[in-house]
Amino acid sequence: MSWWDELLANPAITEKLPEATLETLGMVVFSSFWTALVGLPLGLVLHATGKGGTRPVPVLYAVLSAVVNVGRAIPFIILIILLIPVTRAVVGTPLGWQAAVLPLAVGAVPFYARLVETSAREVAPGKIEAALMVGASRLRMTGGVIVREALPSLIAGFTVTMIALVGYSAMAGAVGGGGLGFLAITYGYQRFDVAVMFAAVIVILAIVFLIQFLGDRAARLVDHR
Amino acid sequence: MITLQDLRKVYATRSGEVVALDGISLEIPQGQIHGIVGQSGAGKSTLIRCLTALERPTTGSVVVDGAEVSVLSETQLRRARRRIGMVFQHVNLFEARTAAANIAYPLAVAGVPRAERATRVAELLDLVGLGGRGDAYPAQLSGGQKQRVGIARALATEPAVLLCDEPTSALDSATTRQILRLIRDVRDRLGITVVIITHETSVVREVCDAATLLADGRIVESGPLADVVTRPGSKLSQALVPVPDVGVADQRTLVQVSAGGAQAQIAHALYAIATEPDAHVVAGAIETLGGVRVGRWHLDVPDGDRAAVLGRLRAAGLAVEEDVA
Ligand SMILES: Nc1ncnc2c1ncn2[C@@H]1O[C@H](COP(=O)(O)OP(=O)(O)OP(=O)(O)O)[C@@H](O)[C@H]1O
Ligand SMILES: [Mg+2]
Repeated sequence: MSWWDELLANPAITEKLPEATLETLGMVVFSSFWTALVGLPLGLVLHATGKGGTRPVPVLYAVLSAVVNVGRAIPFIILIILLIPVTRAVVGTPLGWQAAVLPLAVGAVPFYARLVETSAREVAPGKIEAALMVGASRLRMTGGVIVREALPSLIAGFTVTMIALVGYSAMAGAVGGGGLGFLAITYGYQRFDVAVMFAAVIVILAIVFLIQFLGDRAARLVDHR
Repeated sequence: MITLQDLRKVYATRSGEVVALDGISLEIPQGQIHGIVGQSGAGKSTLIRCLTALERPTTGSVVVDGAEVSVLSETQLRRARRRIGMVFQHVNLFEARTAAANIAYPLAVAGVPRAERATRVAELLDLVGLGGRGDAYPAQLSGGQKQRVGIARALATEPAVLLCDEPTSALDSATTRQILRLIRDVRDRLGITVVIITHETSVVREVCDAATLLADGRIVESGPLADVVTRPGSKLSQALVPVPDVGVADQRTLVQVSAGGAQAQIAHALYAIATEPDAHVVAGAIETLGGVRVGRWHLDVPDGDRAAVLGRLRAAGLAVEEDVA
């Protein structure tokens, strides 16, 4: 039997691997969706209220900034455990890939918000002034100028965030049950089925490469500089 | 069109207060192209930022197009700003948008319907000589072309006032001349009032009807070029028509003679200095400014003959200043 046939005869690979792949994709896609939805506005608020922003509010900035820093400082594995009661309340159970989406998003939001703030800061103040000078409101200017001008950089940051989420999802899955990380640990570590572990790692790699490829593609598409 | 009354702007900084503008009163009539010159740090940018209310004056009043901009609410200000176009040194085009979309942005903000926007953008592109380049992104345009788009964007909402902060400092001299000609052309066609901030006196010479010289946040001198250039001892005129520097030997004095007005007055001045027996002309310049011919010469005079020479030149009706070296 060749190694290939051997792989195809292993039910952990033919049955569990596709399922685990879908679970991982589910965790990454849903958690990155929530991350974008919350992280983008949060990052823009950080930019606007910070020093040199269009509406500096030092107190609000200090509070948000502290929350974001704390969020990023807590190790992810501890965050998952800390969030178990919240996850149970919101999702109904702390187990399964669906439950993992919540701690994943909570962990990634502060990370992405900081990246958004940095991207927004790179938009030349002159462009912001140019928009305000034609009578645009701050909200309109933020969408039409900051987000639009920073889009390549926002996409690049989102790509980095998604890839980090792939890594976190392996950890979340290992704790909550589900996904490629869980598969690799249960088979590779606990049952010494190294082939399954390698297969899981290869799929994870493929997902990471695909995200990076699509992210680069999208960033280039919107970059007119 | 623009009236400034006792405008003061004080910045509080860590090392104390910085008085950027110190009691500026100025009146700019409709349709005038007004140059504001002054050394770095004189307060030129602060002045223009007060006109747009990007900066609130500490005290004093700023009236643009009939509205006191320093007291407007946020909403009123947004409306008022549509009557003010702004051209920036670094152009500040939106790089993610095409030239046409850049010009359309102020129209979209003002709520102009899409179909109407397209016609207006095409007109504006033609006005600035970029017809057919609407689909280009800023990165695909030259510096001069970008500034043309910047001017078109500033004119999109048909403002009454066009404010330009160093519009040509990033451009070479041929492009500068084209852009200045465009600004003049726009004024002639639309009757718009233009304020140009610049540190290049050549810009004032080329395009302005009037000018103001700022130093340390105060107005040193101001007025229509035709008046300024014939004013004896005018600092602004000195800056606008500079005479090359030349040294002077011991026991001799450098005397400056100025004349301005019609060609006949220049001819008269030239005759007077050419026939002056005890002085040599060592440097000079003749220019046409605001439609007026201006001449300025430096004469090298032996100390002993000084009184006699000055007497004769003054008697000939020339403006004379002593010891200019
Ligand atoms: N935001 C600010 N905070 C503190 N001081 C300021 C600020 N903006 C300007 N100033 C000070 O106000 C004065 C006038 O500055 P301004 O930028 O108006 O000069 P300028 O004439 O435009 O000079 P330049 O030709 O170099 O642009 C300077 O002394 C400057 O340091
Ligand atoms: Mg300046």
